[in-house]
Amino acid sequence: MRTTHARSTTPALAAALTGLLALAACGTTEEDSPAGSVSTDGEAQVSITDPWVKAADEGMTAAFGTITNPGEEDVVVTAADTGVSTMMELHEMATGDSGEMVMTEKEGGIVVPAGGQAELNPGGDHLMLMDLTEPLEPGQDISITLTMEDGSRFSFDAPVRSFDGAEEEYMGDMEDMDDMEMDDSGTETDAP
Amino acid sequence: MTAEHPRSDDRTAGPEQHAPARRGGVSRRDLLGASAVGLSGVTVGVVAGRASATEPGPAPAPAPEQESAVVPFHGARQAGITTVPQDHLTLVALDLSEGVDRGALVRMMRILTDDISRLTAGEPALTDTEPELALSPAHLTVTVGVGPGFFDAADLADRRPAWLRPLPAFTVDELEDRWSGGDVVLQICADDPITTAHAARILSREVRTFASVRWTQRGFRRREQAPEQAAEVGGGSVRNLMGQVDGTRNLVMPGDDALVWIGAQSQEWFGPAPAWAVDGSAMVVRRIRMELDTWDEVDRPARESTIGRRLDNGAPLTGEQEHDEPDLTAVTELGFPVIETFAHIRRARSDDGRQRFLRRPYNFDEAPEPGRTSNSGLVFITFQTDVDAQFLPIQRRLDELDLLNQWTTPIGSAVFAVLPGCTPRSYLGASLLA
Ligand code: HEM
Ligand SMILES: [Cu+2]
Repeated sequence: MRTTHARSTTPALAAALTGLLALAACGTTEEDSPAGSVSTDGEAQVSITDPWVKAADEGMTAAFGTITNPGEEDVVVTAADTGVSTMMELHEMATGDSGEMVMTEKEGGIVVPAGGQAELNPGGDHLMLMDLTEPLEPGQDISITLTMEDGSRFSFDAPVRSFDGAEEEYMGDMEDMDDMEMDDSGTETDAP
Repeated sequence: MTAEHPRSDDRTAGPEQHAPARRGGVSRRDLLGASAVGLSGVTVGVVAGRASATEPGPAPAPAPEQESAVVPFHGARQAGITTVPQDHLTLVALDLSEGVDRGALVRMMRILTDDISRLTAGEPALTDTEPELALSPAHLTVTVGVGPGFFDAADLADRRPAWLRPLPAFTVDELEDRWSGGDVVLQICADDPITTAHAARILSREVRTFASVRWTQRGFRRREQAPEQAAEVGGGSVRNLMGQVDGTRNLVMPGDDALVWIGAQSQEWFGPAPAWAVDGSAMVVRRIRMELDTWDEVDRPARESTIGRRLDNGAPLTGEQEHDEPDLTAVTELGFPVIETFAHIRRARSDDGRQRFLRRPYNFDEAPEPGRTSNSGLVFITFQTDVDAQFLPIQRRLDELDLLNQWTTPIGSAVFAVLPGCTPRSYLGASLLA
């Protein structure tokens, strides 16, 4: 289990996180650390556990992980960015016209409930890298930034892994969808 | 490298692993806390374990009784060598793919390290598609070594230990390519064959863009004695498929550490080793077929003479108990040596106490070839610090003369450099590749 917490946005939080890092360096467990209770001015902080990205040479690919919200109010992830894709979307799986599962953009963003989690998994909600600007090779790390409804941001690094799943068909509303295959291995793309 | 790898008490000293007193000595919480930082490229590394209400993880934790079945992965030295041998082995050799260079090897080793650290803790690998299969760690260890080709791929030929090359040809050999060589080895051991199968599958799948499986050797063994007793003799004796008690006289940990782990003492004895290799080891793998169909023709006294030990309890032919010291000078009334001149145990010994190594063999038993009734033998694995100085002199003596040679045939051979261990902030092979 590998968890990344929010970078600080206020001095108070920065101090709290510095304390956490010091604790972490001593090998303490999270039982001793107040990671779950860090918040400031009601602004919820999130962390991500075990993030990873599916390797691909070009086109589309997806990122996964478990986002945790220790705060007392729901947090909504409304956008994602990365330096290795011209665009990112938040996706969910839905039933397509002929009854098959397809992925579509998730209306309203991904809700991370107060004191709970949002799981991003192959076959479920995920972060979609729509058009890679460079190949993502297994074992490299890429940086992803999430933007919340309130404008706050959260960045983390995710390792790239080979993966044969997450081959879902895409049902978006973009014209140039034919260019956007999950990888070079010939994903079927279902143009609407 | 060595500086950031302080010796820890929980390193893999064999006798400690199964001893009841140690159970619970290493808590799952410690392991998780230690492994939570760094490996997956997390930049803001605030540690969070799994067990808290505020940070529930996606995967179920192993049941409490399984916590004691975790062999710690992190440490100055890798587990799986002086760890008391588990019951099942899957030994996987990989060939590096064309074009894999040093940068790619770093990425590959980081992936392996991350997956191994999770699987050995009883957690699913990062992209595990069968996470339930990961929840029984069953003393899983995965020991990673590299072959000569690794150094060519990394363009680091000057860091290759002198002994890291194929063994010379022996007259007894009938080596087959399909059991020999390899650029990387994964020695996967656990007490549950589902656990070894899952680990082998995950690891070879995760590195498939870097390397492909060259060969896989499966093996099994069962402790002849109670584990507590076994622990005292470095893993203890097991029965091999010739029916012999095997493993009686072996290195004993921690006393014989310096013959297994590259360090100051081994370098004083055998000469300088590359700096990166300190706390690593040297691994020899020989696949040795037993000619059981002709062994059937040999009666019991002759079988015992071949080794120099009794079949019932493994005692030397000059003694009563398994661990009685053989009297190599004893003669019969007619003046013949009781332990024959060419008996395996006499030939496998040397007056030079440094010509010793740790034997960690497993039985193999595969489907017989057409017309045969057996296809059995040993996946004969040894660990030492210097193959040339410790292993080769004995292998040469046995090649020259050993009664056992008539019923055993080496059909595979490979030599690997076992990498030093790693901390939660590093990866296997960092001292070599960094
Ligand atoms: C199928 C092949 C082999 C079989 C069945 C076999 C079997 C045995 C048995 C039954 C013993 C006596 C019990 C013990 O001390 O463990 C023994 C001892 C030993 N064997 Fe082997 N062995 C095989 C191959 C080898 C090879 C290839 C080597 C080394 C290159 C080797 C090295 C030794 C050593 C060093 C001992 C301990 C000798 C002593 O100090 O008394 N064996 N082996
Ligand atoms: Cu998608």
